Amino acid sequence: MDYNSNQNSKAASRFNLGTGLLLVFLLVPAALHAAPAPDALLHKPAPAFVRQDLAGKPVDLKAYRGKVVLLNFWATWCGPCQLEMPRFTSWQKQYGSRGLQILGVSMDDEPGVVRKNVSKLQVNYPVVMGDERLGNQYGGILGLPVTFLIDRNGQIIARFAGEADLNAMEDQIKRLLDRK
Amino acid sequence: MQSRSFARAVFSVAVAILCSALHNPAQSSPNAPSPSSALSIPESQLIQPDALIHLLQGAESAKPLVLQAGSRIFFAESHIPGSVFAGPGSQLAGLQLLQSKVASTAKNQLIVLYCGCCPWNRCPNVGPAYKQLRDLGFTNVKVLYLANNFGDDWVKKGYPVEHGL
Repeated sequence: MDYNSNQNSKAASRFNLGTGLLLVFLLVPAALHAAPAPDALLHKPAPAFVRQDLAGKPVDLKAYRGKVVLLNFWATWCGPCQLEMPRFTSWQKQYGSRGLQILGVSMDDEPGVVRKNVSKLQVNYPVVMGDERLGNQYGGILGLPVTFLIDRNGQIIARFAGEADLNAMEDQIKRLLDRK
Repeated sequence: MQSRSFARAVFSVAVAILCSALHNPAQSSPNAPSPSSALSIPESQLIQPDALIHLLQGAESAKPLVLQAGSRIFFAESHIPGSVFAGPGSQLAGLQLLQSKVASTAKNQLIVLYCGCCPWNRCPNVGPAYKQLRDLGFTNVKVLYLANNFGDDWVKKGYPVEHGL
């Protein structure tokens, strides 16, 4: 009985040690890659980035401090994204002078198709190419479209995922534009 | 005599067209999903996340080949452990990569395809990838049903993931 109990206890501690090591092995790399939970980004400063747009011009998010920024993650193969972008283009025209800046981040793998798409849709705001690093900074972009509304102080005010209510989004933009 | 033969030919063609329409309503209906849509995949060929996890945790011999048929960036961000990036099914280059990934795979091997880039009815990738595998002669192809996207229906639910390419 004692022998068995002793053996069981040894086996249990070996198991616990093994399990612990396995968890460390699995969780440490995961934690290093882990993106912040999307909701954890709300009311926090928008993660900084500097990228080149499709024409090779640098786009630094910090440079838009003082403007209301609509940061839209999209792709050429994303149906709902294609429906949103003409609306974003019209907002850029309509509200640009009041301080709205729309920025597009394409999650396509190649810029060639993006250039064609942007030209076809007559997009009038900067578009940069995204990658997994930028996606992770913004809480993991694992479905499109995803759009962040950033206030004049660089704080993320809202996150819209999937087929968003564009009228509600526009109302929220207008409210932010009214705040000086 | 000649006009009777012509009328018979016209009648035969009309009957053939009618029969074809009746036997293949999916092609004749204006509401039928396009072959590129995820909605074109038979419901019987869909697999739910729980069922896939069960398979992945089961015996080695029963494990499926899991292929991600979506965006490379999304794959690098997060993917199902052990899955293979097979290229976006909506693009020719993606379908070519998919073909190369299964070149040495047995035709009866269980293959599970997934994407999760967009809501299921909007996904442009899994429909063509599924069709490609069926056309190549694979007989045991399932598609992971992700209602909204990979983030909501897999990652947020706490299923295991790997990162990187």
